[in-house]
Amino acid sequence: MVYENVDGVKIGLEIHVQLNKLNTKLFCGCSTDYHNDEPNTHVCPVCLGLPGALPVLNKRAVEFAMKVGLALNCDIVGQTQFHRKNYYYPDLPKGFQTTQYDFPIASHGKVIIDGEDGERIVRITRAHMEEDPGKLMHIGSIEKSKGTLINYNRSGMALIEIVSEPDMRSPKEARRFLDKLRSILEYLDVFNGDLEGAMRVDANISVMGGERVEVKNISSHKGVEKAALYEIMRQKNFVRRGGKVVLETRHFDEQRGVTLSMRSKEEEHDYRYFPEPDLVPMRVADRVPEVIKTLPELPDAKRERFTSQYGMADMHAKALTSEIKVANFYEQVANLVDPRSAAVWVADILKGELNYRDVSVDAFKVEDIVEIIELVTGNKITERSGVEIIRTILDNGGTPAAIVKEKGLIKVEEDIVTKAVTEVLEENPEALQDYLGGKEKSLNFLVGQVMKKTAGRSDAKTTREMLLDRISKLPPK
Amino acid sequence: MTGWANISQVKEKIAQTSAEDVTASYLERIRKSRINAYTTIWEGAIEKAREIDEQGHNGPLAGIPIAIKDNISTRGISTTCSSKILQGYVPPYDAHIVERLKDAGAIILGKTNMDEFAMGTSTESSCYGPTLNPWDKARVPGGSSGGSAAVVAAGEAPISVGSDTGGSVRCPAAFCGVVGLKPTYGTISRYGLISYANSLEQIGPLATCVSDIAALMDVIGGHDARDSTSVQTETMYKDALVDDVSGLKIGVPAEYFGAGIDPAVENSVWDAIQLFEELGASWEQVSLPHTSYALAAYYIIAMSEASSNLARFDGTRYGLRNEGENWHVMASRTRAEGFGAEVKRRILLGTYALSAGYHDKYYLKALKVRTLVKQDFDQAFKEFDCLMTPTMPTPAFKLEEKVEDPLALYLADVNTVPINLAGVPSISLPCGFTDGLPIGLQIISKHFDEATVLRAAYSFEQNTEHHTRRPAEVA
Ligand SMILES: [Zn+2]
Repeated sequence: MVYENVDGVKIGLEIHVQLNKLNTKLFCGCSTDYHNDEPNTHVCPVCLGLPGALPVLNKRAVEFAMKVGLALNCDIVGQTQFHRKNYYYPDLPKGFQTTQYDFPIASHGKVIIDGEDGERIVRITRAHMEEDPGKLMHIGSIEKSKGTLINYNRSGMALIEIVSEPDMRSPKEARRFLDKLRSILEYLDVFNGDLEGAMRVDANISVMGGERVEVKNISSHKGVEKAALYEIMRQKNFVRRGGKVVLETRHFDEQRGVTLSMRSKEEEHDYRYFPEPDLVPMRVADRVPEVIKTLPELPDAKRERFTSQYGMADMHAKALTSEIKVANFYEQVANLVDPRSAAVWVADILKGELNYRDVSVDAFKVEDIVEIIELVTGNKITERSGVEIIRTILDNGGTPAAIVKEKGLIKVEEDIVTKAVTEVLEENPEALQDYLGGKEKSLNFLVGQVMKKTAGRSDAKTTREMLLDRISKLPPK
Repeated sequence: MTGWANISQVKEKIAQTSAEDVTASYLERIRKSRINAYTTIWEGAIEKAREIDEQGHNGPLAGIPIAIKDNISTRGISTTCSSKILQGYVPPYDAHIVERLKDAGAIILGKTNMDEFAMGTSTESSCYGPTLNPWDKARVPGGSSGGSAAVVAAGEAPISVGSDTGGSVRCPAAFCGVVGLKPTYGTISRYGLISYANSLEQIGPLATCVSDIAALMDVIGGHDARDSTSVQTETMYKDALVDDVSGLKIGVPAEYFGAGIDPAVENSVWDAIQLFEELGASWEQVSLPHTSYALAAYYIIAMSEASSNLARFDGTRYGLRNEGENWHVMASRTRAEGFGAEVKRRILLGTYALSAGYHDKYYLKALKVRTLVKQDFDQAFKEFDCLMTPTMPTPAFKLEEKVEDPLALYLADVNTVPINLAGVPSISLPCGFTDGLPIGLQIISKHFDEATVLRAAYSFEQNTEHHTRRPAEVA
């Protein structure tokens, strides 16, 4: 199957990623751990842009950026070079942003995603380092607020801006790309996507060979998908009515799910880039081999290893490796029980329950899932009871043993089921006759009756087998 | 007492009396001053001096009063760059050199007047009004570190620090008859120096004699991790103070004796070169062919960097604020009132030079010229140990003489700016007088070879009397 892309959709993304696993900011020693602290408590002369303060490049930030570049299959620049991007805004304490311009730390990479019709390569144009501005806040709404408050705690946080080519052909592909990117960043341990403002996306969207429209500052993957869907529809309708899409920047209203025009590209600022005189180039080319050594196994490699090492289906391997936490959780479980059962239980069941509740795998203990899998494979409880235990733990807490006991989930003795089978066959002679006469469905009815009698404590599979066994032994009439 | 004095004379005085007495007499003198060289007098100085008397201090500058240019951050002491826009700004931190000076036991007397944001050659563009030249109060002290040079010349501080972006230490040193050094780019940390043109400027010491320059360099020079352009150097500047120039090869660049040079200045400099020859050095003419392009390149680079450096003064966080109906209006009004005409001129020209469509024509071209100017020096230093030129083509000019003609003022920097473009060290020291006005000799050497500059300057000083002359009213 080949994806046709009838509307000629092209989506390119620019993703600002906060390297928030660093201990200090990009150009000063201020701590990055500000998320729960009072405004303007993680600041110093450098990140406040006080007169006379000078930047010093965080060596570890460069290493993090190199890791990202290498994980995205990029070339790494020979030496770092920073520029000043000049513009006025109250969140920008120096009146310019220190960023990389014509020599980004990484360029010419690629990421493989599950596209509309199988594997798809999204090319990475570049990834460059820059500093985050502060954050503006208003009391109440922007319109009603008497003034603007500025929190510079975020000012000077290290960002890496990753720019893709317009290689995505649908909102779904854009979403998959972002999921994959987040997965890689978390594998690299340079980024915690759960923190506020950790990832901000600008999406460039065009249809049918028209001009691109940039939708700025979308804060979630879902938002990007929604914004792209809306924007494609809007542009298509516009063209259909005879309009011509022009270069412009739009804003995504997350609540209403619509994009709104901000300004046309012609009015764009002249940023007057020039090399930052206060920073000297840092040679990084020689450090590439050493950084490569520190790269962890990445999602694609892990997925392949999971299928070969644990003999699981690729579908399961993919589900288990998309999040590093889940992959690590799975491997701990697989060390203790049958890896294939573990794959099914973690990938299909547990992950589903976690997603449903929007909680991370941290919410579940390895030992609990191991115990549940052992109970099921040891035929002590039914699969359904296993699922019930997982749900109970997630909703109310507790241990598998306690829940089994409290809810009486241990499978009933077989003679009780045997007795129920005998009774059901005696009580339902018509159904039995129908089955013997070739009506397969009647067997299901009988299975249901047995399960009803045992209050669901026998499982369908065993019941079915026992019924068939008994029927085959009935004396012919 | 006090007045014109060098470090060892002040030390002697402290030993006889106390650091407190010495500081008090300087403060007394400053209060009576008529040259408007200080922007802020630090009243805490007395207490600091008393502390040194009581607790003792074995730092190399223990109890020595010093004046600091108003663009160098001093914790708890107003730092305004002589600009209205920084009124009320009191830095919460010390510049690297201020930390070093405090550690060495120096007593900060106050902050000195300057051209607004160091943009000028006369100290006339200060929001506090001009500083007057102690040798002739109808004349400018030079700039932009005019205050720092004038206080030393007028005996209002034995030593001071300034900053030199295109001659801002050497020009006022020449006009005020004191010694001023612009060290190699990267020698002194700029951390805390409020930037005008980052890639060009260095902090530099001013004093009455070459040994004090070396003493100050030993305190304020050296690596600082907070300035990425700061370099690890091992120089012990005091060791360079040797009265011996035998074998020294001096280059005399013809381009630095060009049109507009005052004949008295030219004669004094040649006399100086002749003296060096008598002392065992040799000289030859040399050409630095790209000198004539240096001035234009310098102003483009300096103004471009300035346009970005001064963007942060928007009234949001510190200094002057003029309210407006929104942030942009507030920032515009603040900048409109806060910056003086020369600062605005340079911001506008710098913004223009960096703008799309002009960037390559001006900024990039200026960078190319800078490389060529640097190559001129590299070439010259293959043959010569140092170069000697007049620091300024003329002695101090009259107040307001060039205020209305910025271009004439820029042209005065013709002999000092190439040195900043190249990043090499150079010193200005008194080498004569004309009509009672001092003349400065500029000695230039290769990168990180302050030792040669200091040795030549020290030898000259040991064999001449110019540095002992002082303005009439200085005791
Ligand atoms: Zn900071």
